[in-house]
Amino acid sequence: MEHLELFFKSIFIDNMVFATFLGMCSYLAVSKKVSTAVGLGAAVIFVLAITVPLNWLLDQYILQPGALSWLGDEYAAYDLSFLSFIMFIATIATMVQLVEIVVEKFSPSLYNSLGIFLPLIAVNCAILGGSLFMQSREIPTLGLSAVYGVGSGIGWFLAILAIAAIREKIRYSSVPPALRGLGITFIITGLMAIGFMSFGGMLTGGDEEAKSEEKTAATEVIKEDVKSDTEVKTNLDVAENTNK
Amino acid sequence: MAKDSKLILDPLADNNPITIQVLGICSALAITAELEASIVMSISVLFVLGVGNVVISLMRNIIPSKIRIIVQLIVVATLVIIVDLILKAFAYELSKTLSVFVGLIITNCIIMGRFEAFALGNGPWRSFLDGIGNALGYGIILVIVGFFRELLGSGTLLGFPVLGDPIEKTGLYALGYENNGFMLLSPMALIVVGIIIWVQRTRNKDLIED
Repeated sequence: MEHLELFFKSIFIDNMVFATFLGMCSYLAVSKKVSTAVGLGAAVIFVLAITVPLNWLLDQYILQPGALSWLGDEYAAYDLSFLSFIMFIATIATMVQLVEIVVEKFSPSLYNSLGIFLPLIAVNCAILGGSLFMQSREIPTLGLSAVYGVGSGIGWFLAILAIAAIREKIRYSSVPPALRGLGITFIITGLMAIGFMSFGGMLTGGDEEAKSEEKTAATEVIKEDVKSDTEVKTNLDVAENTNK
Repeated sequence: MAKDSKLILDPLADNNPITIQVLGICSALAITAELEASIVMSISVLFVLGVGNVVISLMRNIIPSKIRIIVQLIVVATLVIIVDLILKAFAYELSKTLSVFVGLIITNCIIMGRFEAFALGNGPWRSFLDGIGNALGYGIILVIVGFFRELLGSGTLLGFPVLGDPIEKTGLYALGYENNGFMLLSPMALIVVGIIIWVQRTRNKDLIED
């Protein structure tokens, strides 16, 4: 149940592109055709599914404060968390290279469809972002981190597939000349992100959402005396931010 | 000398990294709900790109081209760790707001893009200027987006209320003005950047895509 919840949460509510803007560069650059978008999306799912659990292990057994205690008591006081950026990015770059070599050797057909995208992925912020969010959200188990990796990959895949399909059709519409290409893509993505915000209510059964609703309800009660809508609005935003 | 100043001035407008080269969008959008965060982010990128470009340019003849991506990533990651530690030490609250996006400077495409396109083929001084120019071009967009989002979204600039007090109904609020809380939500960042691109391309017809 926990796994399923995190899975849907990472696909829809915390969608990488629409909620956190990760991997926007390749999202904008490689979304002109559906077929290439599918290739890149699949590669992102693949790499995220491998690197997030791997970085979870690194984080748990090497980087966290006190993580080295399995080596002996004298190591228990070490805190290597300042190294996490460099460790994560090194893992990602090596894994991408390794995956490329293995795929090329064992499945040339998969290599032909994924291959050209793999080098691009090492510097895709969605991949590093996946690992960093995994760290900052303190995902508790290896299984959950794998679910989180696959889920965010699928979310990214959905986003790039949707925008590629829209961009293929938009060629037939009369967009203002100055807005053509990049500009209209930005605005469409914004509108899609507004749409995706409605998924926010999907998991209201969970503890987190319930808590935030209580909080906002409490602020509303207090603010009713002051009778100021604006204040409630800002409080809502603050509550939302802290909840994040 | 005129060539050198072009290195700094070009990325500010007609070759802007965000609106024209489409690099480094991720961080540009996520942290611009407040002007202060945008400014700090721009300064961080300025430091990383300026120093990184010089380092890569100094090493350009000894980096084997096959593993250059990893070398570049390690250089950026080291610089970003420095920035992160400095932020945590001197601006802890702000580093909480920026959260993982400081780390994501590593994969900011502007940095890798400038390393690949410029620093690997040019001397340290020119690379430094190029780095500064591009980081400023990036910063300018961040500051514009941050300015409008904070002003329209919460009626403040850098945390100071400039439009009056929304509770006491002074200033503009006395006339019935309301903050647009929607500006603080993430989708509006995309739309604001879209509008900046629109304005820029309307002013300079050469930039229009077909």
